[in-house]
Amino acid sequence: MKTPESVTDEQVSIEDIEIRLLLEAIYQLYGYDFRCYSKASLRRRVLHRLGMSGMSSIMAMTDRVLRDQQFFVTLLNDLTVNVTEMFRDPEFYRAFREEVIPVLKTFPFIKIWHAGCATGEEIYSMAIMLEEEGLYDRAMLYATDIDKNVLAAAKKGIYSYAAVKQYSENYRRAGGKTSLADYYTAKYDGVIMDQRLKRNIVFADHDLATDQVFGEMNVIVCRNVLIYFDRDLQQRVFRLFRDSLDMGGYLCLGTKESLRFSACEEHFEPVVADMRIFRKRQLMKRETR
Amino acid sequence: MRQRINAVVIGASWGGLDAYSRVLGKLPANLPVPVLVVQHQHPSGGDKLPWILDTRTAMRVVAPMEKEPIEAGSVYVAPPGYHMLVDVDHTVCYSLAAPVNYSRPSIDELFFSAGHVYGPGLLGVILTGANDDGAAGITYIKQRGGITMAQSPVTAEARTMPEAAIATGCIDQIHDLDDIGDVISELVFGLGA
Repeated sequence: MKTPESVTDEQVSIEDIEIRLLLEAIYQLYGYDFRCYSKASLRRRVLHRLGMSGMSSIMAMTDRVLRDQQFFVTLLNDLTVNVTEMFRDPEFYRAFREEVIPVLKTFPFIKIWHAGCATGEEIYSMAIMLEEEGLYDRAMLYATDIDKNVLAAAKKGIYSYAAVKQYSENYRRAGGKTSLADYYTAKYDGVIMDQRLKRNIVFADHDLATDQVFGEMNVIVCRNVLIYFDRDLQQRVFRLFRDSLDMGGYLCLGTKESLRFSACEEHFEPVVADMRIFRKRQLMKRETR
Repeated sequence: MRQRINAVVIGASWGGLDAYSRVLGKLPANLPVPVLVVQHQHPSGGDKLPWILDTRTAMRVVAPMEKEPIEAGSVYVAPPGYHMLVDVDHTVCYSLAAPVNYSRPSIDELFFSAGHVYGPGLLGVILTGANDDGAAGITYIKQRGGITMAQSPVTAEARTMPEAAIATGCIDQIHDLDDIGDVISELVFGLGA
């Protein structure tokens, strides 16, 4: 059997340079900034698309990105990893319902920001939970994402029937009060979410890497988005969240995401530690950096 | 010249819990390199594997958070539902990108990323399993100059995975399950052949 050709450190660093040039090209032409994304997963996704596309090199892919907008849209979808579910991690929603909702009920008005909402499954989950808790009409929900194409899908709220069957199980485990079927209508081979769930949702494009504070939120939900960012960009985003939250406001992260390796840990205290629900705390003057 | 090992990656699927217990059980607490493991599991099955493995090995077993530094003497266990990668700054990196070989975590994803970062300093091991995840990854580890090993299929609860790895022609060493832990130790401590 023939041994495959070796891949030397030099070849690997050339690939790394090619990836940097690709990201630079994307930034300069399309304005999406992936330059501070986590190198390992970015690299895997670029090489995955390269393999699928049959192109000979990352340079060839860069050339295509610069001239073929449709191809860029495909690549953008790879790079942003729009994987989500309704009531993803049901235990998180249960904890939110039990620990956060009672506090929100004491507020006259609540503002919730879902940063990186992808195709919208989690914002509809939040909307359903707020409806069931009698809070929806006091709430304004902001659903943002970097990718306008997925935002358009989020706005539509149409999901596949097979996916929704699994979401029903999540909903039940998350402490749902009725049946998920009460919130959608079957249509063709999919379902469409009850359009009334959207009456207080604002969909907007927002890039956590480049855009600014999104004011005075009571809750920020940003789950499984930060895993794609490098440490510096995470730092920027944690500061952005800190500055966008009201004092005592809640920050909800993905189950594998942590403030532990950031310099922002002191600005937050855990509310439900294992479900990654934190609260912005008042720092004493001498603690302030 | 003896090859210096800086990290060990191991992949398993069907029968993996027993195999991992027997391999990691032989590794000493002071192993001077990190060990990263992927075991295929159902995403809704909970994240109990690190706690189970912790009872079977002298090494420190970690259920890592993302960006957790990868350190010698520790075993890092991929959680269900995420790909676990090694980032260039030697930290754990997670991704929810599509399953690879129907698996997330995927052995290939760990092996590709670790092969990139550790190059010739990586030891890759394929244990028991009923699919061919890891075959592409072990090939890449070999291409990068790392050392590759497979469990001998006759000692595997499911032989498809080690057979697929061996069929790539990129496996340096084949060992029985109960020898693999000691062989890893010997290679890491620089005593192996």
